[in-house]
Amino acid sequence: MTALSPTPTSWDRPRDRAAERLARSWSLAIAGTSYVSMNGLEVQDFLTALSSRLIHALTAETFDPDDVREVGSTLVATHFTEPTTLERTVAVIAEQFAKAPTRRVAEIQGALAAGYAQALRDRVLDEQEEIRTAALWARARAEESRRVSEARFRAIFAGAAIGMSVSTVDGQVIEVNQALCDMLGYSSDELRLMTFEDFVHPQDPPVAAGMFEELLSGGRDQFRIEKPYLHKDGHQVWTDLVASIIRDEDGEPKWLVAMFEDITERYLLQLRLRHQALHDPLTQLPNRTMFFDRLAELLAGAEEEAGSRVGVCYLDVDGFKVINDTLGHDVGDQLLQTVARRLARSISGDGQLVARMGGDEFVVLIERSEGTDDVVAVAERALDTVRAPVHVGGHEISISASIGVVEQPLRGTSTGELMKAADTTLYWAKADGRNRLALFDAERHAREVTRYELSASMPAALERREFFVEYQPLVRLGDAVTIGVEALVRWRHPRFGVLGPDAFIGMAEETGLIVPLGRWVLHEACKQAARWQAEHGAKAPLMSVNLAVRQMRDRTIVRDVKAILEQTGLAPDRLQLELTESAVMGSGGEPTEALNALAALGPRIAIDDFGTGYSNFAYLRHLPVHSLKLAGSFVAGLRPPEGADPVDQKIIAAVIGLAHALNLSVTAEGVETAEQADRLLALGCDTAQGWYYASSGPASAIKL
Amino acid sequence: MERPSWAPADVDLDQPSVARVYDYYLGGSHNFAADRAFAEQILKVMPAVAPLTRSNRAFLRRAVTMLAGQGIQQFIDLGSGIPTVGNVHELVPGGKVVYVDHDPVAVAHSRAILADVPGTAVVAADLRAPADVLATPQVQGLLDFTQPIAFLLAAVLHFVPDEERPADIVAGYAAAGVPGSHIVLSHAGLDRPLTPAEEAAKEMYRKSPTPLILRSSQEVATLLGDLTILEPGVVATYDWRPDPGTETAPDGDAIGCAAVARKD
Ligand SMILES: C[S@@+](CC[C@H](N)C(=O)[O-])C[C@H]1O[C@@H](n2cnc3c(N)ncnc32)[C@H](O)[C@@H]1O
Repeated sequence: MTALSPTPTSWDRPRDRAAERLARSWSLAIAGTSYVSMNGLEVQDFLTALSSRLIHALTAETFDPDDVREVGSTLVATHFTEPTTLERTVAVIAEQFAKAPTRRVAEIQGALAAGYAQALRDRVLDEQEEIRTAALWARARAEESRRVSEARFRAIFAGAAIGMSVSTVDGQVIEVNQALCDMLGYSSDELRLMTFEDFVHPQDPPVAAGMFEELLSGGRDQFRIEKPYLHKDGHQVWTDLVASIIRDEDGEPKWLVAMFEDITERYLLQLRLRHQALHDPLTQLPNRTMFFDRLAELLAGAEEEAGSRVGVCYLDVDGFKVINDTLGHDVGDQLLQTVARRLARSISGDGQLVARMGGDEFVVLIERSEGTDDVVAVAERALDTVRAPVHVGGHEISISASIGVVEQPLRGTSTGELMKAADTTLYWAKADGRNRLALFDAERHAREVTRYELSASMPAALERREFFVEYQPLVRLGDAVTIGVEALVRWRHPRFGVLGPDAFIGMAEETGLIVPLGRWVLHEACKQAARWQAEHGAKAPLMSVNLAVRQMRDRTIVRDVKAILEQTGLAPDRLQLELTESAVMGSGGEPTEALNALAALGPRIAIDDFGTGYSNFAYLRHLPVHSLKLAGSFVAGLRPPEGADPVDQKIIAAVIGLAHALNLSVTAEGVETAEQADRLLALGCDTAQGWYYASSGPASAIKL
Repeated sequence: MERPSWAPADVDLDQPSVARVYDYYLGGSHNFAADRAFAEQILKVMPAVAPLTRSNRAFLRRAVTMLAGQGIQQFIDLGSGIPTVGNVHELVPGGKVVYVDHDPVAVAHSRAILADVPGTAVVAADLRAPADVLATPQVQGLLDFTQPIAFLLAAVLHFVPDEERPADIVAGYAAAGVPGSHIVLSHAGLDRPLTPAEEAAKEMYRKSPTPLILRSSQEVATLLGDLTILEPGVVATYDWRPDPGTETAPDGDAIGCAAVARKD
């Protein structure tokens, strides 16, 4: 073995070269077999160092297995940990040391493998230990943070002022907090035995069931509603409920967490406020707001329920104002309370709403009316119940009411129209004598509406000169010569066309417009008469103009007539003023002051429509009257060609006789046929007017 | 709905974890039976996976060494996994490295072995939210955002499906770095249709809690947006600047590509 025990120095170089050689084959053999963090050169250097140690082990006199084992463990330490690496390493040693003593080579291989295996086993055990520790640690941390947040949650859950519950999605309550127990009056054990069904309440908002379902099926994550619960002692607890779903890892709903805030007080206050807003404080009946809300709801639903009808009874206590004024407000209020009570008691059917509109007005809304009879029956019941005497403050008061009844299809109407109709109809009932009901009549209403519109537009029409005057000849019966004309006012209405006096004079009297209108007509007529007077002198026709009662009562009438005569220059005896009996006579039966004053101005005075009033001849002789105009209704009796009505004929004959005795001339109106004219002539009538001679027309159409 | 805060991620050792399966591919023993069973299933149909994970690590080593050579001293290893050998801080002595992972076990392990290593920090976070990651006290405390940072996204983006906008994630990190910062990216994928074996492996991943999204090198390039991709571009992992003469290409073709890109 001497050859193999050289002095180190003389061996250095060849041994280095041998190591490099070994390292090169070695690194080629194991390149890529294990994951190490070295590049090729580094691996080469690393293996060269190990190779030196192996060569040393091969050549050493005595074999030191520990050093070779360390080579094996160093491999593992650098993470040459794959079995392939060891396999190839052993093969490379066998190959490279082929010429060395087999036994030493085997010892080297054995020691290297043993060192490798030992280190690998340690490494595996260490890594297993490490990862296990890491896992434990991670788990502990997860648990800890879970425990902390759970504790936090517990604390919040238990101590919260709002009620909380956790349930399964099947509806089983599994946890509740103290606040919820207090709120509902149950112990937590009792609540845990309950399910969602136990909490369903008839006053739940209608959307609640759907929302719950959506929540539990995973369609939504949260909802919030106001929901009532029944306290164990039976009273209602209103809550602001927020329900949320908690999902499992797969996103499936797993828990339902609910939070309840007790809003009972707020809710009751709201209810009270709502009640106050919708009820009348005096009678506790629903008020007009509620009535109109309900009506609006019905109207809004009208489209869906095609055939549905509605009824409204508009009731007013007759003569309430008098009661109030004479017996005092207290009595009035008590009376209204009584009426309200009676109405509420007698009319309480489904779909019937009794409301106080204000003052002494009440209204009944009848939903789903089957027809007029239905609603009339309700109105009659209301009239009946109101009719019983009321005992108030020591008085026994007989009362009654009037009711306007409207019944019609919901579709096509509106709140405004319906109430207008009810109001109008109530007015009819009042006008017809009270203590009764009136049924709405659309045609009558339409007429009244038209009348109203006409009357309202009259002042503007006068200003816009929509009125004009026409003239109808007054004919002397003996020779059919036109000796005068009657001025007749017409209205050229932009919408209704030309209207005769019948259509608007009555209204003008009601509104007082007759005064300016009459003045204007008189002025127009006098102007025209003055023109004729200038053209025809003494042959000019007499101008006959109507004066209404209202005009006669107006203090300016005398001044007006005087002024017009002066302005137009018309000779006063060319003017005739036609007055009805009521315009001539005062309410006490004596002639009006104005009459004498007017007569004094010089115009002739004719009594218009004679025979329709009292037709009192006694006064006529004391009045400054010149002529009578027979009402058309008498004259009509002379019309039938087969012979006149004998009574009419006798009356006319008598009137004419008496008139003539009083020195009054007589004019017949409404003469339409030759027979009438002949008979009037025979009866001694002086003048006539009517279609038979001419209808009215412009001044230019009058033939003189 | 978000997982309620009182229910943190479970540590379920019966489920394979990406980090531990990866460790097994690398020959490590930081893993449990479930991880090994899953890994073995994959290796059976695709034995190439093991050498490829090794070349992925080697790429990471080369890229980091190269960047350190250029003076970059700050690294964020996003999806760092379970460090065994050749961890980033070992490659850049004196540098600063933040390890980020969302696997609680991987994080616990990293914390254990890095506890006494100066210049390192460990963050438990989801890398898909760059702003959140960058805002953590560990990142803010350790790194200097006025100096270039290398963001390492090695073998992680293939766990991020398109819906989660991986390109935006990359851009989110790049935006936080000053010019001269880098993105280091490696990604599983192929430029050709899968073989039946590969399909089978992909299917196994699909059914696992961590499905794998394979992307072509073209697609990987688009993930880098308008960053400047350094030479040699997006290439097979082992072809990225190999160490001269020492790297041997594994058998079969690459099932992954890699690139390094710079923010200018
Ligand atoms: C295949 S390993 C790669 C490890 C290392 N980056 C490498 O390339 O060697 C993927 C790692 O990314 C982690 N990971 C995957 N998705 C992640 C995410 N969204 N946020 C944080 N880490 C993630 C996994 O837990 C695993 O540790």
